[in-house]
Amino acid sequence: MRLDILNHGYGRGAKLLFAVVRVFSGHPMPDAARLVFYRPGFYGDVAKAFTHEAMRGPSAWTVAERELMAAYISKVNDSAFCVSAHSATAGQAYQDGAKVQAVLADVDSAPIGEPLRATLRMLGKLTREADVSAEDMREVLAAGVSRQQVRDALAVCAAFNTTGRLGDALGFELLSTEGFAAGAKYLLKRGYR
Amino acid sequence: MPVADEDNKRAAHQALVQRVLNAPATTTPEQRARAFDNDGVPAQLQPLIDKVVTQPAQVSDTDFADAKASGYTEDELFELVVCAVVGQSARLYDAGLAALARAADDGDAG
Repeated sequence: MRLDILNHGYGRGAKLLFAVVRVFSGHPMPDAARLVFYRPGFYGDVAKAFTHEAMRGPSAWTVAERELMAAYISKVNDSAFCVSAHSATAGQAYQDGAKVQAVLADVDSAPIGEPLRATLRMLGKLTREADVSAEDMREVLAAGVSRQQVRDALAVCAAFNTTGRLGDALGFELLSTEGFAAGAKYLLKRGYR
Repeated sequence: MPVADEDNKRAAHQALVQRVLNAPATTTPEQRARAFDNDGVPAQLQPLIDKVVTQPAQVSDTDFADAKASGYTEDELFELVVCAVVGQSARLYDAGLAALARAADDGDAG
């Protein structure tokens, strides 16, 4: 990462954890996971709580759908680390990596339901333009998405405009395909806490 | 009607916002508020903070090197970059919820 403190500034317990993860998984701890151990009282603890609630808390959206939203938002932001991480996680959750790649390639023609498609379009516009209109929201609601689902999707949007932007700004190191797959397996088993 | 869940997600985000703006840190709350708002940021820090907010994929090693050369420590930069990121995510969240409220005011669709 671009700040040395984020590469070397961790406490003894965190360093031990990073080493254990590397030994047992065969892959380095991803920078996105390491970051929340740096001065956790400033950012990490509350960031983990919010991200977990958005991604794994109760919602009418499935985990796979929320992970796909995370990947899509990251694609719009051109956030390389989070695109790979959450494409892998959504692909495993759906057990259909091709569906995820189709969404990232062209949301308009991808084989997904209209409620999810309309929601992704809205999240993409919000991320790109930092604004959406009431008419944009009416289109999402007209596609059969409940207001609660819109709120839940907006929480995912906030979470991944946080993690993704940090990844780009701080320079999260990209992992191997196997490393991202291992991270995805962990996120589906344990979530973001 | 899972209203409590909506409150939990929103509340968790607001906790994040409050923490990064107000927790004890090396920068002052005023410095962090300026980075959060991307408004009134000192000139030597503006290129980095503005990229974080508007085109994060374009942030470079040089942006950090320039900020450090102007006297900012790594912990200060960590805090201010986090605040800039959380500020942008908060604006998006607020804009989305406001648009949803306007849509709901115009006709109950959900």
